[in-house]
Amino acid sequence: MALLQLENLTVRFGGLVAVDKLDFAIEAGTIVTMIGPNGAGKSTVFNAITGIYAPSGGRIVFDGRTISGLKTSTIAAGGIARTFQNIRLFAFMSALDNVMTGEHARMRANVLDSLLHTPAQRAEERRVRARAFELLRFVGLEHVAEQYASNLAYGMQRRLEIARALAGEPRLLLLDEPAAGMNAAEKHDLIELIRRIRELGITIFLIEHDMRLVKQISERITVLDHGEKIAEGLPDVVCADPKVIEAYLGAPA
Amino acid sequence: MLFGAAIVLPLIFSNGGFVNFLSDAGAFVLLALGLNIVVGFAGLLDLGYAAFFAIGSYTFAMLASPQFGIHIPFWIMLFLASGVAALFGILLGAPTLRLRGDYLAIVTLGFGEIVPQTFLNLSQWTGGPNGIGSLDQPAVFGFRFGFQVLPYYYLILALIAVAVLAANNLRTSRLGRAWMAIREDELAAAHAGINTTATKLAAFAIGASFSGLAGCAYASKLQLVSPDQFGFNVSVAVLSMLVLGGMGNIPGVIVGSLVISSLDRFILPQLTNFMHGIGVSIDLTNSRFMIYGIILVLTMLFRPEGLIPSRQRRSELRAAGDAERAEQTLYTEAVP
Repeated sequence: MALLQLENLTVRFGGLVAVDKLDFAIEAGTIVTMIGPNGAGKSTVFNAITGIYAPSGGRIVFDGRTISGLKTSTIAAGGIARTFQNIRLFAFMSALDNVMTGEHARMRANVLDSLLHTPAQRAEERRVRARAFELLRFVGLEHVAEQYASNLAYGMQRRLEIARALAGEPRLLLLDEPAAGMNAAEKHDLIELIRRIRELGITIFLIEHDMRLVKQISERITVLDHGEKIAEGLPDVVCADPKVIEAYLGAPA
Repeated sequence: MLFGAAIVLPLIFSNGGFVNFLSDAGAFVLLALGLNIVVGFAGLLDLGYAAFFAIGSYTFAMLASPQFGIHIPFWIMLFLASGVAALFGILLGAPTLRLRGDYLAIVTLGFGEIVPQTFLNLSQWTGGPNGIGSLDQPAVFGFRFGFQVLPYYYLILALIAVAVLAANNLRTSRLGRAWMAIREDELAAAHAGINTTATKLAAFAIGASFSGLAGCAYASKLQLVSPDQFGFNVSVAVLSMLVLGGMGNIPGVIVGSLVISSLDRFILPQLTNFMHGIGVSIDLTNSRFMIYGIILVLTMLFRPEGLIPSRQRRSELRAAGDAERAEQTLYTEAVP
């Protein structure tokens, strides 16, 4: 069974239909990319999955459970993590604290533990801190652990955001244009990082415009235009689809 | 070390007036530490914090005075009053959860006005404008605090120690990180699995509970509560303490509140006396709000991060300044 299933998903803003009756599934363990022209509704799909928008119609099923209508934090705790198109780190917290915050939902300490710093709380803090360090090492940022997120270079901020997302031990990772603004070397590292994340058993669903990168890592591609799915399948097949070319370049005269 | 100094201080300056001043200033330190959790840690601007001070004080006054003939021991009242204040923190927090920044500030401002008015008008229970007097005094092992100042001073000092410890523990915990994450980016915090509703309510409740402690200590020392002690000016004074001292930073907040308190109780009356001495008849104590205002404006102009800022806040404001300067440079470059 698919890990994530969108059934007839519709998101409307007033009269505007941003996502229109989208049916779509992601198998566990795969890397799937969603492409489409600007304004096609890609980020809206992400926002619907993570509970920022409640769907106007249809439903979203994750791992056999309907998650549409749940709170964002509940969905995140349930195993869906994401990064943002415009990086949204906790700018004035250290890189380490950013990742530790990502582990929030995996921690048990309640208000009283936090207030009293009970032995259990301190043990948990140590464990979480060690794991956050491990994740920083995983994305190659252990040397800037104590730096503020806002002081990091752009490419590092992108990787830190991924580390924070991984801290929640997600089963599905949504990456919203992870390569945006990156140079060739950074993109190369990113591809390698995404592959290593998949090896951890995490399913990856990304939005990306860089077609070279998309073709290199995606196992399947879905194309969205005006909120509707216009093509889906293997990268080479999808990219040769006349409907896709038309959506990007316009109809032939 | 500072704490040690605070313990011996009244023994050196045995002047009752000075110790009395320190005790009152201490109550405001407690308030500032509480407001710092809401505004400094969680980034929720609260302009009606005095309301919780009022609720804490009145809870004590109603349950430990001849008013209803109920005399619950002071030490139990500390917990009870904090609990009641925390409960009202949640009651205020719940409807304002969707509000941010200025909208939140206005709702809390309204709450801060409503609460003292309510105490004023519920005169059958609260004694109306006269308030409630002859409040019970704390006792330790049969020793009643009576009307001496020194025991209250040590009581408030002990409460501050507890409050500092609590605030610091919270800051370096799961909950503290969640507050800061919400302050930095609420949406990203929700995506990190933080229940923003519960976390913000916790900030309101815990912040309010500190003023419950302050309320008990202050009311029992003064032996009186009345609605005019908890006006908007108190909320503004406490917020000024945070801004002046350094929002989010515990030592900064303490210093800020001591500076404002001494200004209010010491420096302005002394200056007024001095002015009278040289034949200028201005009463500076009447213009304290103008002076708070001037202090706030000067702080914002010359040291926006406060006297003793947290590392965080300093870089935050510096970054904002850099961005502004960068914009200005761009602008000047664009104009030939």
